[in-house]
Amino acid sequence: MNKSEGFVPAERGEHALPCLSGRGVTRVFGTGAKATVAVDHVDFDFHEGEFVSIVGESGSGKTTLSKMLLGLLSVTEGEISFQGKPRDISTRRRRREYWQGIQAIFQDPYSSFNTFHKIDAVLLDCIAMRGGRHLPMEKKREMMAEACGFVNLKFEELTNKYPFELSGGQMQRLMIARIFLLRPRILLADEPTSMIDACSRSTILDMLLNLRNETGMTIIFITHDIGLAYYTSDSVYIMEHGRFVESGSAHDVILHPKAEYTRRLISDVPKIYEPWDLSTV
Amino acid sequence: MGKTILEVRDLCTKYITRSHEDVYAVDHVSLSLEEGKSLGIAGESGCGKSTLALSLMGYYFPPLHYSSGEIIIDGRSITGMDPDTVRKTILGTEIAYIPQAAMNALNPTQRVIRFVEDVVRAHRPGTGKKEIYDMACARFAELGLPPEVLEKHSVELSGGMKQRTVIAISTILSPKVLIADEPSSALDVTSQKMVIKMLRSLMEKGYIKGMIFITHELPLLYNVTDDIMVMYAGQIVERNSARGMVFSPLHPYSKGLMGSIIVPEEGVREQKLTSIPGTPPNLKHPPRGCRFAERCAYVVPSCRHNEIPMLELEGGHTYRCGHSAQHLREMYQDEQK
Repeated sequence: MNKSEGFVPAERGEHALPCLSGRGVTRVFGTGAKATVAVDHVDFDFHEGEFVSIVGESGSGKTTLSKMLLGLLSVTEGEISFQGKPRDISTRRRRREYWQGIQAIFQDPYSSFNTFHKIDAVLLDCIAMRGGRHLPMEKKREMMAEACGFVNLKFEELTNKYPFELSGGQMQRLMIARIFLLRPRILLADEPTSMIDACSRSTILDMLLNLRNETGMTIIFITHDIGLAYYTSDSVYIMEHGRFVESGSAHDVILHPKAEYTRRLISDVPKIYEPWDLSTV
Repeated sequence: MGKTILEVRDLCTKYITRSHEDVYAVDHVSLSLEEGKSLGIAGESGCGKSTLALSLMGYYFPPLHYSSGEIIIDGRSITGMDPDTVRKTILGTEIAYIPQAAMNALNPTQRVIRFVEDVVRAHRPGTGKKEIYDMACARFAELGLPPEVLEKHSVELSGGMKQRTVIAISTILSPKVLIADEPSSALDVTSQKMVIKMLRSLMEKGYIKGMIFITHELPLLYNVTDDIMVMYAGQIVERNSARGMVFSPLHPYSKGLMGSIIVPEEGVREQKLTSIPGTPPNLKHPPRGCRFAERCAYVVPSCRHNEIPMLELEGGHTYRCGHSAQHLREMYQDEQK
């Protein structure tokens, strides 16, 4: 699939409004001498239709940042703006409104579904969340079949099944089908491919790219594998100890890295065209 | 040619399910591993990689059962041995296994040294505590692990450190063959590199004589192993040198797998990733003929009826396909045009 086909990201001029941005976003766990700064004054601008990757190793603060972006964790300091306005998630109602705009796919597809709900119920819930509760059943079935078709699953084979009857790759695809129905403005994908094999991984990545191209959704992709970031992203943020050490277009950051940390991350990934230097750890 | 330390001939093992159905997870697998070499096994989830690893140890417990075939480690056949003898005389000393979730194998209530004592005493009863401690200290230091680790509980160690500790413990008696089943798939890239470095140094220092490395990460296999074997639905479909496999795979399934390689190198972004449509067959009733036929883009009617034998090409390259090597290469070339 050609990544430049379909949706063209908005011009990143001075006037283009980012759909999600943050200034001085910080999160501290604990107090006093035991305080740990997990995310340390980070600034970011994620634009509409952009495929952004946040790359860092375990413990660099990627997941803490993603939880703050989702509003699951409060921000100790700094401000997050959503569609040009400061984000307000102070009440339950406001939070629900915010989640209409931002959704997530997590690492473990098995824990993302309610084991007691059949797959049709999961998908019907998504339609209801977008205000389609009163649509005729015929129309709902059509929508569900379309969403399953988008991720190469057959809806007829899924009806009356429970999530645990599917493989990891199929479940992760079903997560994408949910997102396809929910149509949020922003999708946050936190290591969506780390628990599935390399073969299904390429399918998932191509589906995420397709989703962006067809719907113009902003995708924030969180990973520790810089190779995946290079394959998918328009821009990349490299995170070390809670700070962004480098950011820019995927091409510049990964093929011509400036920060020492980025160079190390790249050298840690096994390659096939260049020799892999094991002496650097 | 070096000495063969592991030879497997026509090994068949199966799972017997609760409803008494047979699942043929390893079907007529033959392989050999020479001293000082490493062999990678690749394939997607559910193709029988981990079952093969378990079967190679000769230590079967339900639902896994042995059906036929022979396993020879360093000239000694281990097939037909009773499980208790295998555990006492083979595991740990002749062949060692690192399971997928090795990091979770450490009991959180015990210090690391206790696991080392367990392993050593199971094979050399009566060894003194001091002797074991000194031996563990020397081996840990040599593998780049601080000896303080021995006094710690597993919860005090990071994921990568736990994985390396497990590898050090399982190879403490210098087994001839080490089977590593996805040893690094739960780790981030930096810890993964440390684990690989440690496995390499085990080989270089002669603590293990051969290694079988199982993963679905092909760039990793390419960098770690000498040869790569691709498995599909319980059978081996191709074996070649690592270089040959990555750059000129012959079997349509291997070709599909190699098309999913993602590395941060120039040109990769512009390449089209290939994914193989469909899912592997149900091994309760494996299809007649080629098992990949349902998903293969180059399938012809004869593929579905005839049993496909393993064919041998020059340089130890073997593959299992109804088409000739030349015909396959021509089809791939035509497709590129």
